[in-house]
Amino acid sequence: MAKHLALEISNLNFSYGKKKVLHKLSFSVEAGQCCILLGPNGAGKSTLYSLITRLYAHKQGDIQLAGFNIQKKPLKALAQLGVVFQQTTLDLDLSVQQNLRYHAALQGIGRKKANQGIQEQLERLGMYERRKEIVRQLNGGHRRRVEIARALMHKPSVLLLDEPTVGLDAPSRQAIVEHVHQLVQDGSLAVLWATHLMDEIYASDKVVLIHQGALKAEGSEAEISRQAKTDNITDAFFKLTQGKS
Amino acid sequence: MRIFHYWFALWGIVFRELLRFVKQKERFLSALVRPLIWLFVFAAGFRAALGIAIIPPYETYILYEVYITPGLIGMIQLFNGMQSSLSMVYDREMGSMRILLVSPLPRWYLLLCKLSAGVFVSILQVYVFLGIAWFYEIQAPLEGYLYLLPALMLSGLMLGALGLLLSSFIKQLENFAGVMNFVIFPMFFMSTALYPLWKLKESSTWLYKIAEYNPFSQAVEFLRFALYAQLNEQAFVYTAAAFMLFLILAIIGYNPSKGMMKRKGR
Repeated sequence: MAKHLALEISNLNFSYGKKKVLHKLSFSVEAGQCCILLGPNGAGKSTLYSLITRLYAHKQGDIQLAGFNIQKKPLKALAQLGVVFQQTTLDLDLSVQQNLRYHAALQGIGRKKANQGIQEQLERLGMYERRKEIVRQLNGGHRRRVEIARALMHKPSVLLLDEPTVGLDAPSRQAIVEHVHQLVQDGSLAVLWATHLMDEIYASDKVVLIHQGALKAEGSEAEISRQAKTDNITDAFFKLTQGKS
Repeated sequence: MRIFHYWFALWGIVFRELLRFVKQKERFLSALVRPLIWLFVFAAGFRAALGIAIIPPYETYILYEVYITPGLIGMIQLFNGMQSSLSMVYDREMGSMRILLVSPLPRWYLLLCKLSAGVFVSILQVYVFLGIAWFYEIQAPLEGYLYLLPALMLSGLMLGALGLLLSSFIKQLENFAGVMNFVIFPMFFMSTALYPLWKLKESSTWLYKIAEYNPFSQAVEFLRFALYAQLNEQAFVYTAAAFMLFLILAIIGYNPSKGMMKRKGR
């Protein structure tokens, strides 16, 4: 049975003044699929995330989230979205629980359901016992876990992660990578994960490689290596982005 | 139900602002100490130098401390409005503003909620200030304290919307400090907060004109009359119109396809 598309980017163009950042970018992510967005620094990954989250508005091309056009039905589209930004977006002076309740309120979730959601998501990440701790007291890995729990509280169709493991130690990184892949296997969540760290890719993942705002390759890790005539995805990445990292 | 979503979001944003405010004790203290110093030191010192004639809403000769009190209420709200906007520039730089802006609610509503949260906090500060002033024998009629509440909401929204508008055009925190100097001090000093209009007219016609049209003056006069259970219609209309204007411009400023975001990219 064909899975439906959770995220669809079609012919997307975007520039800062005269500088083109995204050029005719098209790709899609199915429900229940983890898509790794690979690209060197400056490839346009963060700009793409700002467009999907409607922090910037695009003039050319289309973005559909679970069938809703982000320009025409922005509120319905945004309701389908959970986001973990590159920079931490938690309020450091509030507790884990207070941060999550704030997010629940913004998503229109009442107190009772919010408490259930907080318990469910934090337990899954082994953070429920620490719900009353002030975020400032948590280490980087735990803050990331809280952000992932927050992004999933309203049960979105699409989870966006913008380099979520940057600055984390190896065990924290591994835990987050495993957790997100487990989420995809468990249900119909679609994940778009921006990174330039190859060891975060699983064989079952779809990989979208962009360079200078344009699509360079699309497929599984093995397919991209084959297309680039290289032994592995790391070599393919360097070959397709001309050695830039 | 959609209406509940709007209510939960408003409550969530106001509650968060309140939590932040309670946790930042020094912010509360400085917000209180500033007007109290003006009242206990500046106004007491100038009591002899500045004679105040009988002008509405006052029905008798008043002490300078009594005259300056509505101006200091305005000062609390002016600083609070600018401080909320400062926190928005900070939030935007640090990223937490993104969480607010990607919520599935209209952006104008989210900004209005953020504004209301700041106003709510400023009203708490004002009543604590008035409580202390009461023991310093600056006492308005009791019903005045009730009339003051809606006036504080409107003046707070107007000053908060001005701050919001400024924050939408400021990209970095450092730039905001400059704007604070060019906005807060001129607005406060060139207004009726410290001296009545007729007094300003005696010394300088241009200063008088600026003070007359300064929206902060109008907000202060609106508050002054409300504190004495009276409505200054002109000040009310002017303050409400300024609020609408600042709010509309701020919403345009935060619109991804029209304002600040548009200038960022195409």
